[in-house]
Amino acid sequence: MEYLTDNLVFGIVLSLAAFEAGLWISKKTKLAIFNPLLVAIFIVVVFLIAADIDIETYNQGGQFIHMFLGPATVALAVPLYKKLDQLKQHAVPILTSILFGSVVSVASVVFFTMLFGLEHEIIMSLLPKSVTTPIGIELSKQMGGIVPVTVLSIIITGISGAMMAPAVIKLAKLKNKIAIGIALGTSAHAIGTTKALEMGETESAMSSLAIGIAGIMTVFIAPWVYQLTYGLLFFWQ
Amino acid sequence: MKLFRQAIIIFGIYLLGDWISKTLHWMVPGNIVGMLILLGLLYSKMLKLEQVEAMAGFLLDHLAFFFIPAGVGILSIYAGIQGIWLKLLLICVITTAITMTATGKMAEALLGRNNRQGE
Repeated sequence: MEYLTDNLVFGIVLSLAAFEAGLWISKKTKLAIFNPLLVAIFIVVVFLIAADIDIETYNQGGQFIHMFLGPATVALAVPLYKKLDQLKQHAVPILTSILFGSVVSVASVVFFTMLFGLEHEIIMSLLPKSVTTPIGIELSKQMGGIVPVTVLSIIITGISGAMMAPAVIKLAKLKNKIAIGIALGTSAHAIGTTKALEMGETESAMSSLAIGIAGIMTVFIAPWVYQLTYGLLFFWQ
Repeated sequence: MKLFRQAIIIFGIYLLGDWISKTLHWMVPGNIVGMLILLGLLYSKMLKLEQVEAMAGFLLDHLAFFFIPAGVGILSIYAGIQGIWLKLLLICVITTAITMTATGKMAEALLGRNNRQGE
């Protein structure tokens, strides 16, 4: 067994197989909760525990997969560039709403994590929960969060956002397609965008535009919004 | 070989962005600096879309896969969050609903309720 697992390729093959299984299960069940990534993570974790394999052993190969995240974030500039024309038509209202949404996201996380009495590290891990994963991971590292907690909170945010979207749109009585798209992309990143895709072209274009912009904005505002909200709550208490 | 050639550009920009971020001790992560550099190069037409599109497409089409190791890391910290996972779940759901509502309401206030374009 050691000869099999103590090989760089082991972690890569295990991840590829788990993701394949995740895609298959997601396709068969068509349930949002069976998100391919979530299923794949679950399968790898269960496999490592069941076979009593050390996470360090898995990470020999895992780090090669992880390495692609940096360049993948850079590549996000391409879809953003393609959508710049759509942004130009309503640049000010769109950018203002995304900025507002990003501030609300960070502030509400600080508020609820403090309300629930969670530790500093956990607050930092949840701050980037509404932004796309490659940006969220880096922001979490920068702010002193725990990266795996960030990754899971981002996935849960995306899945729950996609599931809640129809109800939220109805309750908030949102009608404007651009507004709906921006709301989905800003609050639930790429997984929310899959829901926008079902709603229509305007919604999905605006949603995917919002992913990148919200990500960049959150990186810049998160430290300030955190300190401001934290300070306000501290004095209020 | 097209992918390899495009990989040089995208991976190279990432390296440059990371180097800038670390050298200048910025709060902005290197991958975001790299993303802004690529956006600037595309916008100023110094780089053509065709020169990076294939590799960017490959990376973004498989984006979810690249997060598996980061998520599996939960194994090493599971003990720490065992008692609070329900709170974490609740916070994620509540704040997402709040953010979605706030963003949508703000956008509608600024854009108006009716949307005639984009069909």
